[in-house]
Amino acid sequence: MSEILTVKGLKKYFPIVSSTFSRRQVNYIKAVDNVSFFLNEGEILGLVGESGSGKSTTAYVIVGIYSPTAGDILFKGRNINVVATKRPLEVKKEVAIVFQDPGTSLNPQHNIREILSVPLKVHKVVSKKHLNSKIEELLDIVELPKNYMYKQPRAIGGGERQMVAIARALATNPSLIVLDEPTSALDVSVQAKIINKLLDIQKEFQLSYLFITHDLSLMRNVATRIAIMYLGKINELAPAAEFFQNPLHPYTQMLISSVPVVSKAEESIKKKKIISAGEIPSSVNIPPGCGFNTRCPFKKDLCFEVDPEMVEVMPGHYVRCHLYQGMRC
Amino acid sequence: MEVRKMKMPKAMDFSQKWDNFKRLSHKFSRSRISLVGLFSVVIIITLAIFAPLIAPYPEHAGAFVDYAHASIPPCREHLFGTDIMGRDVLSRTIFALRGALLMAIGVIGIVTPIGVIVGLVAGYNSGSLVDTILMRISDVFLALPSLVLALAVAAVLRPTLFNAMLAVCVSWWPWYARLTYGLASSIRNETFVQAAQVIGASHFHIIFKEVLPNCLSSIFTKMALDVGWVILIGASLSFVGLGEQPPTPALGTMVADGARYLPELWWVCVFPALVIVWMILSFNLFGDGVRDALSPEEA
Repeated sequence: MSEILTVKGLKKYFPIVSSTFSRRQVNYIKAVDNVSFFLNEGEILGLVGESGSGKSTTAYVIVGIYSPTAGDILFKGRNINVVATKRPLEVKKEVAIVFQDPGTSLNPQHNIREILSVPLKVHKVVSKKHLNSKIEELLDIVELPKNYMYKQPRAIGGGERQMVAIARALATNPSLIVLDEPTSALDVSVQAKIINKLLDIQKEFQLSYLFITHDLSLMRNVATRIAIMYLGKINELAPAAEFFQNPLHPYTQMLISSVPVVSKAEESIKKKKIISAGEIPSSVNIPPGCGFNTRCPFKKDLCFEVDPEMVEVMPGHYVRCHLYQGMRC
Repeated sequence: MEVRKMKMPKAMDFSQKWDNFKRLSHKFSRSRISLVGLFSVVIIITLAIFAPLIAPYPEHAGAFVDYAHASIPPCREHLFGTDIMGRDVLSRTIFALRGALLMAIGVIGIVTPIGVIVGLVAGYNSGSLVDTILMRISDVFLALPSLVLALAVAAVLRPTLFNAMLAVCVSWWPWYARLTYGLASSIRNETFVQAAQVIGASHFHIIFKEVLPNCLSSIFTKMALDVGWVILIGASLSFVGLGEQPPTPALGTMVADGARYLPELWWVCVFPALVIVWMILSFNLFGDGVRDALSPEEA
C-alpha cells in the first residue's frame, strides 16, 4: 500500500491582531500545531477531536482553503502546502471535500444542475453535449431522482443536499475525499444513510477518505485507522481495532469511557473508567508542557514542563504521552 | 432521444423562472401602496413615451411663441395654464418627463455595472492592495456631497442632458461600489465560495457566478429606490441651468423660470414642481415594493 497523503509537521497559526490601526500581532491561535500523519490508498483515516481541537482546520489546510503556517502536505509525493488557488489543476481534480453543512456549502442561487456542472466544466470531465447525462449519472450514484437537476438546494431535504455535495465531490473522479463532519449537521434519521452511501462509494471507486468527526463510536465501524486530536496536536494514532482494545493515551481512554453504550457487551469494551473532567483549554494560551495536563488524571511534574514526543509504542500505534516515553518498539 | 434531452433544460429553466416571477409579484402586490407606486410609474412611462400623442399642444414643447395667449391661468383649454411666451405648461411638463426618465435610466444604467464590478473585485480581494486602492478612490468621491460634485462636474462640461448624466454618474457610482463591496466581502467567506475554490474554479467564475447572484436582490432594490433620487438631482441640475437647454423643456428649468414670476403666475412654477414630487414619490413607493418583494421572507 502506498501513501496517498503525507502530512509532515503541519502548523496553522491564526494571528490575533491587537487593533485595527497598529496591526501588531499580539498572539496566535495555534489551531494546528505540528501535526504529522499519513493516509494510505484506499484507507479511511478517522480524525477525531472535540470542538476547538483543530480537526476542521487541518481539513481546510489540506484541501487548500487556508495556507499552512509551516509544514508539508505531500499528495502522491507532490508537495501542495499552498492555498488551492496556487495548486495545479490536476491536484485539485484529485482532492475533494464534503463540508459539514450542506445548507451553506451549496450556492442557494443555483439549481442542482448548475452546482454539479461547476467541477465538470472546470476540469473538462465531459463535453458540453454529455453534461446532462453525466449529471444524471452523478445523481444516480447518490440515489437522487433525475428531476432534482432543476431544483434549488432549499427545495430539497438536508440529507439530500448532503448527497448533492457528495455527488459534487465525486464529479471529478478524485482519489482523496476529505469529509469534514459530513453528518453532524443532519437529522439522525439520515445520518446512517449518508454514512452507508459514503462507504459504498469508497469501496466502489477505491477512494481514500480523511474522515473528520467528533463521533468516536461512529469511527469504530467506519475507519481503518483513527487519530485523536487535542489542542491542535495528534495525541494518539492507531488502527481502529487496536485503538478501541488498547487505548493508551489518558485522553483516548477518557473519550472511550464517555461513549454512551446500550448493552453489557458494549460496556465490556471499556477497559478503564476515566471520568471526563474539565473542558478543552483555549488554543490562544496553551499551557506549557503537555496540552492535556489540565485534565489528565495521571499528570506528573514533567507534564507541566515538557511537551511529550510522538512515540511508536507498537507497530502502527503512535502515542504522545510521558507515560509511554520509554516504550519504543 | 438526444434532441429531447437537449430541449428539456430550457423548458424546465423557464418554468422555474416563471414560478419565481409569480412568487415575487405575489409578494409585491401584497402591499397596496406598492401597487399605487407601480401604477403611477406605468403612467409616467406611458406619458413620456407617447408624449407627442398625449400632450394637447405638442408643438409647444419646442421653440414656440404665442404672446396672444401668454400667461393664461389654468382653464379648460390649458389645464396647467400657459407661461409668459404663451406655451402650454401641461404639454411642456409631459415632454419634460422624457428628459427626467432618460436621466434616471442613463445614470442607473451606467452607474450600476461600474459600481458593481468595482465592489465585487474589491470585496472579493478584501484586505488586499486592490481593495484598498479601489475603495479609497470611491471614498474620495463619497466624501463630497453628491449634488456639489455633480454641480462641479456639470459646470466644467458643456450643459447638455448627456453631460448632466455623466456628472451625476461621477457622484453616484461609489454608492453601488460600497453596497456590493459589503455584500461581496462577506459572501466570499461563505462555504460555497470555498467549495468553488477547492474545486479549482477561476476567480472570474467565483466573482460572477457564485458571489454576484447572491448580491443581485440588494442591487435591484437599490436601483429601484434610486430612480427617484436621480430624478431629483437631475431636476436640481436643470434648475441651475446645467441640464437640458431651452427650448427643450426640463422640469428643473421650468420651475426656475416660473419662480421668477411668483406669486402672480404661480401655475408656471407649481405644476412642474408637483410633477417632480409625484415622480419621486411614485418611484420610491415602487422601490419600497421591490425591496419588500426581494428581501428574504421573515420566518
